[in-house]
Amino acid sequence: MSTSEPLKVMAEPWDELDGAPALSRAPRGAASIVPKSSIAVRSLGAVVAIMTFLASLTTGAAMLVVSTASTWQSEVGREITIQVRPQPGRNIDADVSKAADLARGTAGIAEVQAYSKQQSEQLVEPWLGAGLHLDDLPIPRLVVVKLVRGATPDFAALRNALAAQVPTANLDDHRGWIERMRTMAGAAVIAGLTVLGLVLAVTVLSVTFATRGAMAINRPIIEVMHYVGATDSFVAGQFQRHFLLLGLKGGAIGGGTAILLFGCVEAARAWFAGTPGGDEAAALFGSLSIGVDGYLAIAAQIIAMAVVTALVSRYTVSRTLATIE
Amino acid sequence: MIRFENVGLRYGLGPEVLRDLTFRIDANSFQFLTGPSGAGKTSLLRLLFLALRPTRGLVTMFDQDTATLSKDGRATMRRRIGLVFQDFRLLDHMTTYENVALPLRVIGKDEASYRPEVVELLHWVGLGERIGALPPVLSGGEKQRAAIARAVIARPQLLLADEPTGNVDPNLGQRLLRLFIELNKSGTAVVIATHDIALMDEFDARRLVLHEGRLHVYE
Repeated sequence: MSTSEPLKVMAEPWDELDGAPALSRAPRGAASIVPKSSIAVRSLGAVVAIMTFLASLTTGAAMLVVSTASTWQSEVGREITIQVRPQPGRNIDADVSKAADLARGTAGIAEVQAYSKQQSEQLVEPWLGAGLHLDDLPIPRLVVVKLVRGATPDFAALRNALAAQVPTANLDDHRGWIERMRTMAGAAVIAGLTVLGLVLAVTVLSVTFATRGAMAINRPIIEVMHYVGATDSFVAGQFQRHFLLLGLKGGAIGGGTAILLFGCVEAARAWFAGTPGGDEAAALFGSLSIGVDGYLAIAAQIIAMAVVTALVSRYTVSRTLATIE
Repeated sequence: MIRFENVGLRYGLGPEVLRDLTFRIDANSFQFLTGPSGAGKTSLLRLLFLALRPTRGLVTMFDQDTATLSKDGRATMRRRIGLVFQDFRLLDHMTTYENVALPLRVIGKDEASYRPEVVELLHWVGLGERIGALPPVLSGGEKQRAAIARAVIARPQLLLADEPTGNVDPNLGQRLLRLFIELNKSGTAVVIATHDIALMDEFDARRLVLHEGRLHVYE
């Protein structure tokens, strides 16, 4: 029989003696060669969704830490303090005023706020109680100096001027604090990245094992396709496409839920902005927004999960095919 | 069409299960492959279906030495051979129609181009009313006919059937044999592996008898 000729239908060899109940459904067209739904495949979808959600949460949290630490550093770095100590025989108000004037005269200074006696009392009130007279205590007075963003004033010159004209004043540019903050933020970032790396590794392993499990039940399908003359690349392509879509679906559910969660947190922060609790949270955790970069990172994770699922399925199919001659 | 010369086969370091097989299978021929259980019928079928490589000897199929074929080359050659399994090996998530059409799909044919052909073949094997049925609801005979239809839909030059009547009653076995004979008349060489003597007595055909790994041919 030539392979180019249509199959010749001979005299009917079958006389329908079985009397089988008629199933007159028309052919439904080409169904997916790989079964769309099975317990193993559904489980794999759930694993991909859950692991993408966890990885996205970790990514978002790490990015929040980085962002908040950066905001803290920036805020602290844009402020210096001049401390004026009381000393017998000196007029502390005049010293404060002089120190403030020296600061104002320095280039790169945006704002100078000399704390009044009353404001200083309010500062220590939480610790020492109300109704205190600072005259009785040698408590220093503060001059808070805000810097122009991006400017680097000549602190050495200011420090020398203060030493010459207000010997009871000393300048604190918060360098030590910023260094500690930087160290702490760096440690937090490294911890976040480590956790993220571990979550991603666990995710890849979980997806790999779940994919292999789902593939194991599909071995008979691989064998049949092989026996009807499918090439290895055709079989692998069928499974890869199927599992890529499955991974995308699972990843979109997990990553989408994480995006929704971060969106809700961001909306809640905006909603509570201006309230005491909201301001406290903002001071502690910054904007609570992972920003466009964060959302892009989660989207990238969704795609990465789908790609991992597809590649693992292809690898597993190829290994299965290698065992079949 | 198929030529075996001094072919031997062993699994791993075990003894040879097939020894010095030398025979031919001609185009349009019909033969039974028989022998006692464990004689090597399935191993020989697997050699014929390129699912095994011989440990020695020469196998030539369609004028090509099978030892020189790449994996894709073997897949392509397999398309010229139809295989009917004793356990049917139908895919349960696909309808009868989709199962039968599978060999045409894997070679990249468009569904619209093969649809009438598949439907016609299904009617021919008596499954016209079972086109949309899934294998789990088919009877044993229907499954076997669907498996046969799948094996011949791509118009193979050689049809191999491994105990095709092993899971059906004698009456159904005779009717399946009639189907194979009709397929043979349409130009397909047929090899039926069976140890069903009654079935072989139904049709006078060449017999390849395996005994203790050696082949005896009765023309």
